[in-house]
Parts: sequence; structure tokens; C-alpha cells
Amino acid sequence: MQVNLTLLVVVAALMGAGVYLLLERSLTRVLVGLVLISNGVNVMFLVASGRAGTSPIVGSSDPDGMADPLPQALVLTAIVITLGTVAFLLAMAHRSWQLNGNDDVQDDVEDSAIRKLAIDDANSDSYDLSTKGQHEDDPVEEGA
Amino acid sequence: MHLLAVAVAHFVAAAAAPALVRLLGRRAFLVLALLPAATTVWALTLYDDVKDGGTVTSVVDWVPSIGLELAFAVSTLQWVMLLIVAGIGVLVMTYCAWYFKDGDPGLVIFTTSFTAFVGAMLGLVLADDLLVLFVFWELTTIFSFLLIGFEPTKRASRLAAMEALIVTTLGGLVMFVGMLLLGQEAGTYRITGILADPPSGPAVTVAVLLILVGAVSKSAIFPFHFWLPGAMAAPTPVSAYLHAASMVKAGIYLVALLAPAFAGVPGWHLSLLTLGTVTMLIGGWRALRQRDIKLLLAYGTVSQLGFLTVVFAIGSRTAALAGLAMLVAHALFKAPLFLVVGIVDKQTGTRDLRELSGVGRAMPAVAAAGIIAGASMAGLPPLLGFVGKESIFAALLELAHGETAGVPGWAGWLVVAGLVAGSALTVGYTVRFLWGAFASKPGVEPTVVKAPHPAFTVSPVLLAALCLGAGFAGAPLTTAFAPYADTLAPGSHEEYLALWHGFGLPLLFSVVAIAVGVGIFLVREPLCRFQARTALPVTAEGVYRFGMRAVDRSAVEVTGSFQRGSVANYLAIILLVVLALPGYAAVRALLDDSSRIELVGYDRLAQPIIGLVIVAAAIATVRSRRRLRAVILAGVTGYGCGLLFLVQGAPDIALTQVLVETVTLVVFVLVLRRLPEYFTNRPLTRRRYWRVALAAVFGTAAAVFVMIAAAARTASPVSEAFPQASVDFAYGKNIVNTTLVDMRAWDTMGEISVLVAAATGVASLIFLDTRMSGIRRVADIPYPKGVEKQPTRPGRRVWLPGPRTLSPDRRSIVFEVVTRLVFHVIMVFAIYLLIAGHNMPGGGFAAGMVTGLALMIRYLAGGRYELDEAAPIDAGVLIGTGLFVAALAGLAPMAFGGTVLQSYDVYVDLGFLGEPHLVSSVVFDIGVYLVVVGLILDLLRTFGSRLDRQILRAEREDDSVSRATGGVH
Repeated sequence: MQVNLTLLVVVAALMGAGVYLLLERSLTRVLVGLVLISNGVNVMFLVASGRAGTSPIVGSSDPDGMADPLPQALVLTAIVITLGTVAFLLAMAHRSWQLNGNDDVQDDVEDSAIRKLAIDDANSDSYDLSTKGQHEDDPVEEGA
Repeated sequence: MHLLAVAVAHFVAAAAAPALVRLLGRRAFLVLALLPAATTVWALTLYDDVKDGGTVTSVVDWVPSIGLELAFAVSTLQWVMLLIVAGIGVLVMTYCAWYFKDGDPGLVIFTTSFTAFVGAMLGLVLADDLLVLFVFWELTTIFSFLLIGFEPTKRASRLAAMEALIVTTLGGLVMFVGMLLLGQEAGTYRITGILADPPSGPAVTVAVLLILVGAVSKSAIFPFHFWLPGAMAAPTPVSAYLHAASMVKAGIYLVALLAPAFAGVPGWHLSLLTLGTVTMLIGGWRALRQRDIKLLLAYGTVSQLGFLTVVFAIGSRTAALAGLAMLVAHALFKAPLFLVVGIVDKQTGTRDLRELSGVGRAMPAVAAAGIIAGASMAGLPPLLGFVGKESIFAALLELAHGETAGVPGWAGWLVVAGLVAGSALTVGYTVRFLWGAFASKPGVEPTVVKAPHPAFTVSPVLLAALCLGAGFAGAPLTTAFAPYADTLAPGSHEEYLALWHGFGLPLLFSVVAIAVGVGIFLVREPLCRFQARTALPVTAEGVYRFGMRAVDRSAVEVTGSFQRGSVANYLAIILLVVLALPGYAAVRALLDDSSRIELVGYDRLAQPIIGLVIVAAAIATVRSRRRLRAVILAGVTGYGCGLLFLVQGAPDIALTQVLVETVTLVVFVLVLRRLPEYFTNRPLTRRRYWRVALAAVFGTAAAVFVMIAAAARTASPVSEAFPQASVDFAYGKNIVNTTLVDMRAWDTMGEISVLVAAATGVASLIFLDTRMSGIRRVADIPYPKGVEKQPTRPGRRVWLPGPRTLSPDRRSIVFEVVTRLVFHVIMVFAIYLLIAGHNMPGGGFAAGMVTGLALMIRYLAGGRYELDEAAPIDAGVLIGTGLFVAALAGLAPMAFGGTVLQSYDVYVDLGFLGEPHLVSSVVFDIGVYLVVVGLILDLLRTFGSRLDRQILRAEREDDSVSRATGGVH
């Protein structure tokens, strides 16, 4: 199957730009990155669906010249889902701004606590709670 | 009676236990004990069915399509176990009614777990399907865990429970693998089926050995023996029942169950005989140095379990007969011994044998029960323990004479030596126990003993009496056990259970064991010192602890090195993996055969032009530092994609894309009002160049992936049949729309569910409590003071009612007039799209978006009250109705004998309006439409109306603050 180079370039640009933004801290930028990536993925479907054609409407043109309708249905679904995702992330960015005064993604405090344990070569709390200490049923000094 | 009902009845009783305990206190045990009592009676009635080698089975089909069934069966082996589990269960539960005090914390949980355990244990014994057996097996583990951890506030209790759980589930999981393997090899999971026609081969050997791991861990055989003494943290009835009489026998039961078919498997004898013998010696040896009489018994149990394992592992007729006798004997002597310990503990307050003195004299009945049971444990005539041991020695002699296939004579003699030594140790610790618990010791003050309630002592006394009585019942026991024993290879002589077999080596072994055992007791003090001196630095428990620590440490290290807490880092790791694995495959594909890839510059001339705009916009998006700019530029790429879709021949998605892009843009702008204008300034670091590199490589890689994938297509697309199917089955001409509402309608159903979830998420993040924030019509809003209401005669009507709630500087009359003029036109267009979408571009999504845009225009022109005027309905109601309508439309065809989401068509004559061709799937599309409209309405109410209010409040606060500070100056 022939592959459309122009669309490939568009995919590369959208995905690259999107990934760059996705690696940022600001939730708004992450969100914009997500929008770009979604657009890139939708164009990917175009690449995979083959040559451009006429609208897939029966009777309007010869079925052989029609564009593949199945990827179109999938893309349509994807577009609407993206809207939902964007709206949700936007609400999260807003909430984050409301609570913290910025919409930056914070580092996880618990994770850095675990990292400190690893650096100290220490055990986790759960281990200490469940196993530290000796059994009392095996006393050291014994007699009869 | 159905066999499954036996287990289920106990579970039902367990569910009722909390209520019973609340009603009757500890006496609830007496009521609950009726159930195992009934089970015991029922089991006795089964004797006629199994005495001639018969099997009682019952099967419930569970999932017939994959051959899953709940199969249960009882033959002699199960019958014996059934009697032990149910019979001893009755006595232990009766004992519990006096062991506990009313109001003991945890009594409810204990009662429930205990009753449920009885059910699980019965299920385990009755199960005739490997998977069912496994389920009950693990259930007993869980209830054991709960019962050991009876006092969760004590660390020792938690620790012991955890240890038992981990060791036995570990074994259980290994066993599960073995069971799956065995079931696969045999072609059935029915145990009776497998035993009747046992498979063979290396896979079966592995399977059987894996199953044995489970058996060995459950029955506390070396190297897993250490969890059992730890489990003594549980209340004594649990120790007596779970950890002596029933649950720890599950492993032995499994060995006994498999022995007839698989005793010849390579490794069977080597592993079980060695581990069993070692366990018997270790357990006995360590029992000799315990000063807590309960722990002494626990190590004794470990020792006896090793003993039983050896006997059943031999797999000869004699051994099987002896094994069953010993199995029953052990249950009958170990349970009362524990119960006796419980009484001593409760009545004196100590279990330390150095402090106990003169207890036997104070509680003669209890002491008598203990002594009889102890004598049975030591193997003294005329008790059942002696009968069992005699026959075991006979079986061992057969083994030593090389009569058992696969075991050389010298190995048999080693086992004989080990078990005779083990028996001597048994005698030694038995005497130590009886002396420690009951004897009057010189130099130790007689312990103060509260007299036990007579009912408290009934159970141990009864069990001890059974020990004694059963010793004389050799002949009936032989008859009863014979059906199981006969499934195994007979030895050189016909063994039978009896007190007197005549003079011979077995009798000599018993005499030697007793003599040496008494000797061991006499030298107890030097022996203890010797043991303390020679104790090994490495113990199985130490290895377990080391393993647990290693697991925890490596978990911490792995988490510490990968889970850095930065989301960007995680993403980078994921992306790198994508680059490494699929990237490697892509490079390989390109190197192997790149000739297949045919590239074409463009299909239509418009593509490169649009493409250029998109690429430029994408790069500019990345570079922009202002939020609004970034969002608008991202929107440009979106509109560009819409154009690409159009050029490609996809008008539906082009339409949807443009509409969604517009909605997205408006929603973004609504939220960005509240966020800072610029992104947070961050210093430029080297990491940024890494990000650029990663992004560039990843973008290229994504393009290469799709290129290879697209070029690899050889078959014709599945959608070639769609045009015909669209007309024939979905009665529509727009193939994309018929795909959405008919051919792949399930996808759409899932999608609108996602939309519902997203809308709910947004609403909950912005409203925080409830979406029902109160929709207020303009007419309900009181006019401010000094403002007269204008009469609304025709000619004096306002263009839009809402904007009067806005301050004049925020109003635009032109916008209001235009809104008034276009709103209804847009709405009509939306409905046209909805109905026509089946045959022309359009459909529920597009129509919903258009309606949403119409509402958006009203909101932008007239503020939040205008939105409420335009749509005086709660967004949640709209979304819910939409989902409901879509689901109903999907299910409706079933009422007409069709399948879910099938389409029907109808022509409606509307006279001069024409004769529209209506298809039932339009109803489904209407559901989609409502969900989309609801989603956008929700977005407007949250990001629009709600944020308006927040902004207004913030402004008022600012005002009052500045006014206050102004007053000060």
C-alpha cells in the first residue's frame, strides 16, 4: 500500500511537539500537548486508511473510489473522547490552581520518602510493623 | 443430601454467628456446634455407602461451556477425614463455650471464622475437583490466618498470623500450578477421574512434585515446619482443632489421596520419606527443650505430622491401613492434649512447666484425660496410638525388606532407624509434658488451681475415652479402613489392626522406643544444656525472615530507583521503552525489507499546504510562553486536521473535528480566565535539551511505526463490505454514521459512557459537592432597588432576557441581536443534522456539538442567567436521559425478537411534508445527541457559570479589602 509522506511529516511534527509539552510540569502545557498528540493520532488513522477518496456515502460515488469508512468512524469516536479528556484535565488544572496557586504537577512526597529509604538501605514501614523483633516462643536460655 | 450443602450450611451458620453471639454470648458455640454434630451423624450414615469401596458423588454444573463443575465425592479416605473434622469440631466448639468469657473482644470474629473454617475444611475434604479443592484449601488458610491473629493488637499475634499465611499461601500457589499442570495432562480436573486413570510422563512428575510442595507447607513439614509453633499465638481451641486435628492434616490427606496413583512418580519417595523423617526428628528434638507446654505440644505435632507423611508416602496396603489408624489416633490424642493445656492455662494462669506443680492432684479428671491421651501419643498399649504404631512398624519393615517399588532396602532401614528414634523422642517429650503439666515438683510451690467448670472438661475426657475405646476396636477399624488400603499394593502379609500381633520386630521397636524415651526424660537437664550448646546458627525460620527482608529491601530499592515521584520521569521511562522495543522491531523491519514501502508525496495538492500550516503551528505552540497563545495555536493544528480529513474524503469527521475544536477552544478560554497569563517561569536547564531530543526522536519513531504498519497491509480492508451492509442492514447511506449507530454501536455505547464519566468528573472537580446548584430563571431574580420593571408588551420585548443581569460595560447589543437571530436557526440545523445524519454527513455527535455551540453563544452573549434561560434543565438529567435512551434503543430490538442494537426501518407518511424514511437506530443517535448536549451544557455550567460566580466573589472580596485598607489610610 502506498504511504502518504506529507501526512507522515504531519504525524511526526504533532507527536513530537505533543510529547515535548507532555514532559512539562504545567498542567495546561501537558493538556495542550495531549491535544496535539490526539490530532497526531487521528492523522495516523488517515495514513493507515489508505488513499484519499470520495465521501463514504452510498450512491454519491463509486464504492471503489470511496475513502475507507471504518477508520473514519474510529477517529470520530476518538475526537469526541478527546473532548471529554481535555475537559476533565482542564478541570484538574483549575482545581490544582485553586488549591496550590499554580497548575504545576508536583513531585510525589511519598515517592521521595521511599527514595530516601532506598538511599539509607532501610526497610519499609510495613516490614518493620510485621516482622521486626524476635519470636517469644524460642527463648535463648532454657531449662527444665 | 447434596455434598456441597454440607459446606454451604456452615458458611450460612458463620454468617448468622454474629447475631447468635450477640444474643447468647459464648453459649452461641453450643448452638453452632449442632451443625457439625449433624454432619457427624450424617457422615456415620454414609458408612454403608463407602464400606465396600463405594463412592458417593454429587456434581453441580457451574460453567458447563468450559467444563467447570462443583464436584464432590466421598469414599473411605474422605469419610475418615469427614468424621475427624466434623466430630472433633463438635467437641472443640462445645469446649469453646466454656473457654471464652462473655464479652471477650473478638469473640464475634472468632465464632464466625471458626464456623466458616469448619465449612471450608469439610469442603476441602469433600472436593472431587482439583480447582474446587484448591479454593477450599486457600479458604482454610485464610480462616487460619484470621484465627491466629485473634488478638490483632499483639505484635506476636500479627506476626505469627502473617508468617503462617505467607508460608502456606506460597505453598498453595505452587500447588495450584501443579494442579493446573496435572489437570491439563489428565484432561480432567475431576480427582476420581485422575486417580482412576493416572497420566504419566515428565510433566506429570513435575506436577505431582509441585502439588507436594503445597502439601508439605500446609502440614508444616521441614523446611516449612516453623510456622506451626508460631501459630500457637492463637487461642487454644484453634491450636487443638486447626493446628493439630484438622487443617494441618490437609497436606497429609493430599499425600494419602495421591499415593494410590502417584507413589511411583520419581522423587515422591525420596522427598517425602526424607522430609518426613527429618521433620519427625527435628520436631521431637525441639519439643524436648520447650518449657511452655503448649509449644511443647506444637513441636510434638510437627513431629507427628512428619511421621504421618512418611507413613502415607510409602504407598503400600499395610502403610495405608496403619496411616489411617495413626491419623485417627493423632486427632484423638492431640486434640484432648491441647484442650487439657487450655484448661490448665485458664485455671492456673500459666503454661510454664517450671511453675506448674501439683496440678494433677487438683484436677484429677483433667489429668486422667491428659495421661490417657499422652499414653496414646507415646504409643503405649492398649491405646489406639499403640495399635497404629505397631502396624506402622510392620509397614516400615516391608519397606526395609525392599517390598516397596522404588525404595532400596538400605534406604528403608534408614527410615526405620529414623522413625524408631523419632518414636523414642515422642515418648521422651510425652513424659516431659505429663510431668511438666501435672506432676508435683520438689522445691516448687503447688500452683493455685481454680476448679474448672465440669462442662469445660467434658470434651477432653470424651476424646481420651475414645482413645482408649478405639484401641480395642482393631477389627472393625480394619474393616472400615480396608477399602482405602486395598487401593494400594499389598505387602507380603495381610496386615490388620490389633493390640497384639505376637512377638516380633514391631513389638521390639515399641519396647526400645519406650525405654529410650524414658531414658531421655531422665537426663532432661543435661540434654537441654546440650541442645542449647549445639543449636544451629541457621534455622528455617531465620531463612524465612532473611527472605522476607530481602523481598522488602529489593522492593524499596526498585521503587526508589524507578518511582522518583516525578510524572515527567515516568513518562520518559515509558517513552524510552516504546523507543527501545517497538523501535527495535521497526529498525529490524526497515533493514530486512524496505523495498515494500512505497512512499507517495501527497494524494491531493491541498495536503502539503495544510500540512505546512499544521507543522508551523505545532512548533509555535511549543515555543509560546503565553497560555492563550499556546491554546489558540493548538486549535490551529486541530482545524488543520479537520481540513485534512475533508481533503481525505471524510466529511463527517471533518465536521466533528471543527465543532469539537471550537468547543475546546471556548472551554479553554473560559478556564484560562482564571489561570495566570504566562506559564510558570522555569530556568532553562540541560534537561530541556534531553526533552527536545526525546520528543524529536519519538515523533519520528511514531511516523515510522505507522509507515511500516500501513505499508505492511496486504489484505483488503474489512470495511469493503460496509457499503452494502450499510444499506441492507442499517438502512442508511452514510457509512460512517451507520458504522457508529449500527455496525459498531457497542463502541459508541462505550464512548458515551466515557463522556458521562468525564462530565461527572468535571462537575465534581468544579462544584465539589453537587451539580444541582439551582437553575434560576431571569424572571425569578428580584430587581435591584430603584429599578422599575418594564412592561413586556409586544414591541417592548428585549432581544435576550439574560443580559440585563450583566453590568452594562460587559454587554454587546450587536452580539445580543445576532444571537437572537441565529439561535433558532442553529437549533433547527442541529435537528436536521441529527435526522439526516443517517444518509448524509451529520449524526448525533455533530448535532450535539452544534446544539452545544448554540447554547455557548447564548451564554457568551448573555451570561449565566441567559444559559439557564436557554436550557433550564440540569445537565446531569440530560446526560442520564441520553444514556438511558441509548441503552433502551439498544435493548428494544430484543422485544421484537431481534438482537441487541439491531436496526429496523419504517416509512412515515407526513402528507405534504414528504415521506421520511425513519430508522430505529435514530433513537440510539438521539441518545448520543442528548449525552453530547449534556456534556457541553455541563462544561458551560462548570467552566462558565460556576467560574463566573467564583470570579465575582473574588472581586467583591478584593473590593472590600481595598475599601478597608483605604479607610485606614
